[in-house]
Amino acid sequence: MVLHISSALTASALHPLLCFCFHNTYPEMENASGLHRQLASMKKNLFDQGYLDEQFYQLEELQDESSPNFVEEVVTLFFRDSSRSMANIDEALQQCPRDFHRLDKFLHRLKGSASSIGAAKMKNECTRLREFCSEENLDGCLRSFQKVKNDHTILRQKLENYLQLLRQVGPVDRASRSGS
Amino acid sequence: MAVDAEAQFHVLAVDDSLMDRKLIERLLKTSSFQVTTVDSGSKALEVLGLREDQTSASAVSPEHNGSSSLKDIPVVVMSSENVPSRINRCLEGGAEEFFLKPVQLSDMKRLRPHILKGRSKDQQLQREENSNTIIISSSGSKRKAMDEEPSPERTRLRFSTAI
Repeated sequence: MVLHISSALTASALHPLLCFCFHNTYPEMENASGLHRQLASMKKNLFDQGYLDEQFYQLEELQDESSPNFVEEVVTLFFRDSSRSMANIDEALQQCPRDFHRLDKFLHRLKGSASSIGAAKMKNECTRLREFCSEENLDGCLRSFQKVKNDHTILRQKLENYLQLLRQVGPVDRASRSGS
Repeated sequence: MAVDAEAQFHVLAVDDSLMDRKLIERLLKTSSFQVTTVDSGSKALEVLGLREDQTSASAVSPEHNGSSSLKDIPVVVMSSENVPSRINRCLEGGAEEFFLKPVQLSDMKRLRPHILKGRSKDQQLQREENSNTIIISSSGSKRKAMDEEPSPERTRLRFSTAI
């Protein structure tokens, strides 16, 4: 294939052409760098919007060749654990008469698991929810719990997308990544 | 990396949350500890009791006396709650140290000194079994209050039971 490159072409116009050639010659590498950029931007978004905090970095630090799917495994366990906690909380909030002491135990559990994966928004809302619970403020509890549920749903969607991308990037990219 | 089998430390991690067990196991293995995880205090005692009968290289000398060794295994407590009164109760009850969850890689360094302390004591008393072991346990929200116990040796065992 022959390319005529006019001197009037700017770098930004040239870039997609190069990507095109590059992609045809080295498809895996082009895919990897594009996916990698997407991954980085998704992660930045999660942090900037306060969904995740530094604890998530700790999870990534613990992932290596001997435990290559560690992040995904922990995140999966988190959603299983938190869904169960939330079902318990739902039930406790509807129970008559309300047992705020029992409710607090479920909240403690939920907050603990959120903090273990770095789910910052959820953790913070759980703290507020526990305050309402200690005041036996049912209305406050219901409103706050609704926020927790929303945060949970959004986080789940975002992390699922992130993990899906992470899977696609796979071992090839991890091996070639250097100091990123 | 050559690891001296004799020097390898064994951690028994107790936590009722599967997710937290997975995390602590990974933290410990990354820090070159041998790990066993269980989901309750009673299972922890069971595992320690069973180890008397195993003839694995890491473990147990044949002439050991079961009940005495359990009392001297150091215990570290972890919890997501930062409540000073509870933390003090743990420490007074015999815990060597308290880790705030989520536990970090940097916290792992704090385990060795406690194991080494326990080890030299065992060597002094000429006991080999469980001398490289430490228990790290989540206090959870199911913790029962600890009873008053005159003997400090018994306190540690009771502490394990109370988790």
